[in-house]
Amino acid sequence: MVTRIQTEAPRDERMLRENLIGKLLRRPELGAVGGALLVWILFALVAGDRGFLSLRGTANYLEVASQLGILAVAVALLMIGGEFDLSVGSIIGAAGMAIAILSVEYGWHIWAAIGVSLAFSLLVGALNGILVVRTRLPSFIITLGSLFIIRGATIGLTRLITGRTQVGGVKGTLGYDSAASVFASTLSIPDPASQRGLSAEFSISIFWWLLIAAIATYILLRTRPGNWIFGIGGDANAARNVGVPVNRMKVILFMATAASAWLVATIQVLSAGGADTLRGEQREFYAIIAVVIGGTLLTGGYGSAIGAVFGALTVGMVQQGIIYTGIDSDWFKVFLGAMLIVAVLVNNFIRKRASEAK
Amino acid sequence: MTAETALSVPTSPTATTPILEVRRISKYFGTVIALKDVSMTLLPGEVMCLLGDNGAGKSTLIKILSGVHQPDEGEYLVQGRPVRFNSPREALDHGIATVYQDLAMIPLMSITRNFFLGSEPTIGRGPFRRFDIRRANAIVRAELAKIGIDIRDPEQPVGTLSGGERQSVAIARAVYFGAQVLILDEPTSALGVKQAATVLRFIAQARARGIAVILITHNPHHAYPIGDRFTILKRGRTLGTFTKDELPREEMIRMMSGGEELEQLEDELQHYRA
Ligand SMILES: Nc1ncnc2c1ncn2[C@@H]1O[C@H](COP(=O)(O)OP(=O)(O)OP(=O)(O)O)[C@@H](O)[C@H]1O
Ligand SMILES: [Mg+2]
Repeated sequence: MVTRIQTEAPRDERMLRENLIGKLLRRPELGAVGGALLVWILFALVAGDRGFLSLRGTANYLEVASQLGILAVAVALLMIGGEFDLSVGSIIGAAGMAIAILSVEYGWHIWAAIGVSLAFSLLVGALNGILVVRTRLPSFIITLGSLFIIRGATIGLTRLITGRTQVGGVKGTLGYDSAASVFASTLSIPDPASQRGLSAEFSISIFWWLLIAAIATYILLRTRPGNWIFGIGGDANAARNVGVPVNRMKVILFMATAASAWLVATIQVLSAGGADTLRGEQREFYAIIAVVIGGTLLTGGYGSAIGAVFGALTVGMVQQGIIYTGIDSDWFKVFLGAMLIVAVLVNNFIRKRASEAK
Repeated sequence: MTAETALSVPTSPTATTPILEVRRISKYFGTVIALKDVSMTLLPGEVMCLLGDNGAGKSTLIKILSGVHQPDEGEYLVQGRPVRFNSPREALDHGIATVYQDLAMIPLMSITRNFFLGSEPTIGRGPFRRFDIRRANAIVRAELAKIGIDIRDPEQPVGTLSGGERQSVAIARAVYFGAQVLILDEPTSALGVKQAATVLRFIAQARARGIAVILITHNPHHAYPIGDRFTILKRGRTLGTFTKDELPREEMIRMMSGGEELEQLEDELQHYRA
């Protein structure tokens, strides 16, 4: 695509179009947008008349997608930065349990419990990051370790304090209403498709999801730290040599994924009114799947937050859509696994075409 | 052009102070003596070629110059003043820029993002301070046009550039950010004849602007035409610095291609034939 000045050819209209298509092909999220559209059309055809297309159906899969999407957006930034975080699922469990125990068992004001839970999550994220940076071990190993440590400690401590593995009664705690309005409220819209006059409840988590995606996209594409994230994922040494604070950025990215897990935990605890030590199990894998479907490269240096949004949307549509089709939802994981592999193949193909030397 | 004429071009008195100087530098990696008592000077506006066999210590020397390593013994002076760099960034701030063969560019990032990585221009204040992509693109386009590379889209991935163009972009970046000294570790080793010529021509352009260049290469046909002076390293020690007059092309080719070893090998093979 490079020519010498001397051979400056007249730019005809055909070349301009090619350039535009080339530009589109270079966007990492292209495949994910197409995939999400495809999945939506598929379920619209198969289960459109059974409620998938209704407002309530939409609110349903958007809520599932939003909770996954909040995680996926943060995980996307981390993966573009060249690292993994397998501990986010465990942090969801721990952060949620911290809120429930502090507010219910110890009678704390809910906002104080939420704040301490956030501080705890950030600390765990920072520890993950510092360990990765200091030991130079793969983050896969470090966070696999913290996955088990955090989950085990959550179960152990909860049983020690409460004698159970679940804690309920959050809805009766001090300050619950104000916290719930921020993290667990819904927007009711009457569903015209409903015979019984039911409303579709659009969860506020959808708003959080889109807000975080917008912030992440802005950071990634329009700020200096965003450029550094691409740089450290593409080649950490090269980035370090031009003065990028590689270690600091990595620690911050781990803190961001931990914070996203805390947000999901807060939303879940306040909506459900309680916490369970097993909350968030396997969420780390779903998040990675959403990110990879979204076009982010496993090896880092390439990807997008918008892609992760569409990846999460796709996973959410499949998970909830399958229920509307009448197929046993046991088959969901089969679809998910197959979709992951197909998505990676398609994304690789697109990326090769768009970014390799001619 | 010999070292003497290169010296006589700049007329200001500071031109004779070396822009870089190392005095009896040593570097050890555990029990390995990578460098021992190496001294070298670099003058403004000259191309110094660093020659030597594999493992001679060339990369180690330039890593010291560029702040990646710190010397265990000896002095390092920049424009006559002693320095001790703890990171490549500090060297960069003194105008010493290094382009590594493999680390030059990140293929999946756009030309502009690569060019400005670590030094992104910004617009706006406080929380609204953001990467000024439009200005960055314009600068990249202009800087590359100066060296004869016309890019249609500065946001295309660097991976779509040829190897020579990538090297040129990396060097253009160093020059743009005010490098006084350019250190190039085997910039032409993976390149074809034409692409290597692009890079060499660009090095000559940089020299013409008064930038001093340290060039590592294994190819005498690249070193000889562009080099003003030649420093030869052998097993961590320097054999001295030579001007073109002192080191005729044949002699240099013989030294660089391991002439002695080849002659010995020839004798041995002769022996088998008999
Ligand atoms: N980080 C390191 N740790 C241990 N030994 C090292 C390290 N870096 C270099 N060495 C050793 O120091 C010596 C000089 O290496 P150096 O890379 O400087 O050689 P070179 O002249 O650049 O060789 P080449 O032409 O192959 O690039 C070698 O014996 C090498 O093994
Ligand atoms: Mg070397």
